[in-house]
Amino acid sequence: MVKTDFGPPKYLDMMSDLCKRNYGKWKYHEVLDTGTLVHVSESGEKLYTVRAATPRLLHVDTLRAFCDLADKYCGGFFRFTSRHSVEFLIEDEANIEPLKADLHAMGFTPGGVGNTISNMLHTQGWIHCHTPAIDASGIVKSVMDEVYEYYKEAKLPARLRLALACCLNMCGAVHCSDVAIVGVHRVPPKVQDDKVSKMCEIPNVVAACPTRAIRPEPAKKSVVVNDERCMYCGNCYTMCPAMPIFDPKNDGAAIFVGGKVSDARHPAMFSKLAVPYIPNEPPRWPTLVKTIRLLIDVYAKDAKEGERYGEWINRIGWEKFFKVTGLPFTDKHIDDYIFSVPTFRSTATFKW
Amino acid sequence: MPETRKTPMLDQLLDGPFPSFVKEIKKGAEKNDACNDLLGQLELSYEEKITHWKHGGIVGVTGYGGGVIGRYSDVPEKFPGLTEFHTMRINQPAGWFYKTDRLRKLLDIWEKRGSGLTNFHGATGDIILLGTHTDQLQPVVDDLAHEGWDLGGSGSDLRTPSACVGPARCEWACIDTLDICDTLTRRYQNELHRPMWPYKFKIKVSGCANDGVAAKARADFSIIGTWKDNIQINRTEVINYVNAGFDIIGQVVDKCPTKCISYNPVTKSLSIDNSNCVRCHNCINKMPKALRQGKITGATILIGGHAPILQSAFMSWVIVPFMEMKPPYDEVSELLEKIWEWWDENGKMRERVGELIYRLGMRSFLKATGLPAVPQMVLHPRTNPFYFWDKEEVNQ
Repeated sequence: MVKTDFGPPKYLDMMSDLCKRNYGKWKYHEVLDTGTLVHVSESGEKLYTVRAATPRLLHVDTLRAFCDLADKYCGGFFRFTSRHSVEFLIEDEANIEPLKADLHAMGFTPGGVGNTISNMLHTQGWIHCHTPAIDASGIVKSVMDEVYEYYKEAKLPARLRLALACCLNMCGAVHCSDVAIVGVHRVPPKVQDDKVSKMCEIPNVVAACPTRAIRPEPAKKSVVVNDERCMYCGNCYTMCPAMPIFDPKNDGAAIFVGGKVSDARHPAMFSKLAVPYIPNEPPRWPTLVKTIRLLIDVYAKDAKEGERYGEWINRIGWEKFFKVTGLPFTDKHIDDYIFSVPTFRSTATFKW
Repeated sequence: MPETRKTPMLDQLLDGPFPSFVKEIKKGAEKNDACNDLLGQLELSYEEKITHWKHGGIVGVTGYGGGVIGRYSDVPEKFPGLTEFHTMRINQPAGWFYKTDRLRKLLDIWEKRGSGLTNFHGATGDIILLGTHTDQLQPVVDDLAHEGWDLGGSGSDLRTPSACVGPARCEWACIDTLDICDTLTRRYQNELHRPMWPYKFKIKVSGCANDGVAAKARADFSIIGTWKDNIQINRTEVINYVNAGFDIIGQVVDKCPTKCISYNPVTKSLSIDNSNCVRCHNCINKMPKALRQGKITGATILIGGHAPILQSAFMSWVIVPFMEMKPPYDEVSELLEKIWEWWDENGKMRERVGELIYRLGMRSFLKATGLPAVPQMVLHPRTNPFYFWDKEEVNQ
């Protein structure tokens, strides 16, 4: 008899006695450096955290090496964060520096704590997904190499959250990140009539289109796409493999900025469009990387201490954002989707 | 063992200070043909700027409706190791805590029966095991079950719930995020493992307004910790911050969204008009030693969050401003089950619960769940006069 539905391992079996002893009794924490935190309990006990970014795609041997470090320095326990970083929770302060040195030697340098760029949240891309417009891991590697100093050193006005989603399904939750890359298509799907009737449920395909651009074509037992109405979201392809939307000549990345999920100071915000399209340029995507660098450098220089990316833009205004970044504002930046009108401006109060 | 694939483009991603995913795949390629072929196929994608994974293909294991996702190369003749390269989602322990001996067992199983490549973790929170053959799926699940690891969610089911680090290592956890996540996960194993809904449903639990798991952005049902009474002030620590040169006016007083904090430079004392505080958490974030949340804690429940497809992105919105969060969390379950019933009854195929509420209106949602309309649900009341009245509300 197959055992099913027994659930995940119990979290309490996966944490150290120190964590269990002080569970719910933490009093305060301090950032010691960009790779290290200390949490202090009501009991006076201290727990040190060393954090390092990983590429998310990890071979079992690397995970075993993390286990070795956890065995050596942390009593056999460690954890991951929601942003693919690894965290070692240390009881003995004397273990911090040796652990950091070992991690660094493995190629995983601690960082990402405090006013830094923490690890970049991302998706599968060409490694494992059937719908991506861009790769994920290669772009993340290229961007993080370029902005590495902001991961290592706390020289930003506030924390900065980078994210990447390789298509509009947005598994990477880029819609609420400070600076986000999302894969986009620019041409309608190509309908393979001979396959649609065999592979696809036509009513579901028609219903999948958010702009009602798809209608049935009964004569061919297929569908027709009204190219004028198609916004290249790829949702039809998700429903119907016979409607591929890939186009190597046209697929690429858009950049969104100014989102956050925390309610601190200003309520959570969606990210907004900064750059509508940058072509795919593997293996290192130089134009995209350069643009991200620009977006971060301008913010680092111009924002006030404590201001997240979106708060900075709210203060200076979007007209000034396009001015200081030098990025062109185009008709693509003006919403023409479902909730467009509330995004139009009804005041005559501008900055010049 | 075939010759190692030549990957001149990918090799350019071996350099640089950030850890390289190419190095990880190459570790696998040294002992596994599929990883070697993955390098080759990825290099081809880099040359052609297009994915080489086929759409769809349903695979499964006994007793489960989800948790494994079929994946096939569209160029299997070139890369035979990728003819079948399926994904498996394994339910992570709440808060992503690991004991090494337990994790090592999972790693050994995956190296024996799969590619040895993983994601720690997927966007929803699961451990992702990347790439194995169809005939290995059942053995992997059986071996993992023997070591106490179960599958996560996929398809139109309850997706694997996730939670921030919570009270295990954070003083800001107003609720026991890990216990809530774990309790709901165990209670709803059937919903998690057998897709039977209009679409996916995600639950995420964050301990405070900083929303460490981005519940508001990514979860259909977001549980976010908060408190009701006064922020606790440690006056000595306030003075210590000031004496250390902390810009208390610039970073705390001026940044308070409701201007309910004042600072007296003569006495070096901070006072908070708690009746006007919205608990945004900024002052506590900036002065963790001096300021602490109140003691009457619970959660705000929000609904409807998801990324853009189809009706634009939604951030989840408030349906219960404050709910006490005491085990066994029956109040949460009662609400969840009412929501699921209404959504299952009324939702169209692939309609997330937030989109259904958008289509039918909060009025229908509130009727179905019995939740009272309260001002905390809206930024402001409507600006139009077009609303529905029920027959019993008007004079016959």
